[in-house]
Amino acid sequence: MDYLFDIMLISITAALINNFVLYYFVGICPFIGVSRQVGMAVGMGSAVTFVMTVAVFLSWTITTLILVPGAPLSSWVAGFFMPAQKAATMDLTILTYIVYIFSIASSVQFVEMYVRRFYPSLYKTFGVFLPLITTNCAILFACLTVMSNIVGVESPEQAWDLGRALALGIFGGVGFTIAIVIMAGIREELDLCDVPRAFKGTAITLIVGGILAMAFMGFTGVDSGIRTAVMGTP
Amino acid sequence: MANLPTPLERFVQGILPENPVYRQFLGLCPTLAVTNGLKPALTMALAVGFVLLCANVIISLIRSLLKPHLRIVIFTLTIATFVTIVDRVLAAYMYQMSKTLGPYIPLIIVNCIIICRCEVCASRQSVTAAAADAVGQSIGFGLALVSIAVVREILGTGMLAGYQVLPDAWPDWVIMVLPPGAFLTFGLLMALVNWIDAIRTEKNTGRG
Repeated sequence: MDYLFDIMLISITAALINNFVLYYFVGICPFIGVSRQVGMAVGMGSAVTFVMTVAVFLSWTITTLILVPGAPLSSWVAGFFMPAQKAATMDLTILTYIVYIFSIASSVQFVEMYVRRFYPSLYKTFGVFLPLITTNCAILFACLTVMSNIVGVESPEQAWDLGRALALGIFGGVGFTIAIVIMAGIREELDLCDVPRAFKGTAITLIVGGILAMAFMGFTGVDSGIRTAVMGTP
Repeated sequence: MANLPTPLERFVQGILPENPVYRQFLGLCPTLAVTNGLKPALTMALAVGFVLLCANVIISLIRSLLKPHLRIVIFTLTIATFVTIVDRVLAAYMYQMSKTLGPYIPLIIVNCIIICRCEVCASRQSVTAAAADAVGQSIGFGLALVSIAVVREILGTGMLAGYQVLPDAWPDWVIMVLPPGAFLTFGLLMALVNWIDAIRTEKNTGRG
């Protein structure tokens, strides 16, 4: 029960309360660039959700098995070269960024080849967005959040397990999709409006984004409200 | 090769005519996220400048070895190395600031400005041009960050870099230092830039 509840809170927080785009400002480039039509926005959103799930899975596995101090795989390998005591505290966290970006870039490449070969119709929907996603901040941001919840915690028991990490990945992507689809809907209507000349293009999109962010601020405190409702005590 | 801009042109273009934020719409994540105060904005601009300079020089040195399909991976790996250096240095000497900037320092890796400059300039031109381009773009990026940060910090807290600038009677517009304020300020400033630009072109073409 507690575990399910935890997953639920992580999901709601990632999708709505601390929406990746409107609260953390990650993935702004596609948010502005690919939000002209609802169809394209849905394609981009599903591609991001998909890659984010894969990337979070990879980064959780790599961090837990290789990068954290005393991780099983790295200390086993290090055991061949150095005394056992030293090997048991092997700390590779300094390599985090390089390993993450490399795993994201290569997994995107593989996913693209796989989808193009075996699911041509799916590739038509969101395949074109896949290469762009390598340099999407939202993906790396999700991986870094997972890392800070594995490496940054005080005791090993508090570290996230795979279920929590995947919840963040999937619902972070869902939150991104929600934001970009709403934005695309508004922009389709905006095309019919008489926007002042100086505001045309990116400027009015940013203003609309600001108003959307204000609307999403309304979700603040929903998590503690749910906690009170379920647990009975604040 | 004759058509590529000279080092000096690269340097000048980066500051205003091809400003990375207002003209090319690149690197918007840090632009919006760390501009709630002048100090984090300046730190961010310096960090991006350092990474951009180092990455541009390295890529320019190895440009003859690059394979087209592995290009982007090499770019990101080079950038990631320097970002790790920046991250460690900040954590060692400016611990508080590195806490404030949080995940946005590692996110420099996927900052489109750096990848774009590596692609457009460093992978084609000599080291001098690449370095000049990096410095110019960094100054342009810094100017953009500072312009947004100044507006947001003054309106949001009545202070600038910790000093009181508006009278105490000023009701702090808290919304300006919260996420929506970033979008609104940036949108309004971009409209202002467009407006000034439109007036200038009108004058130049003799209609105004």
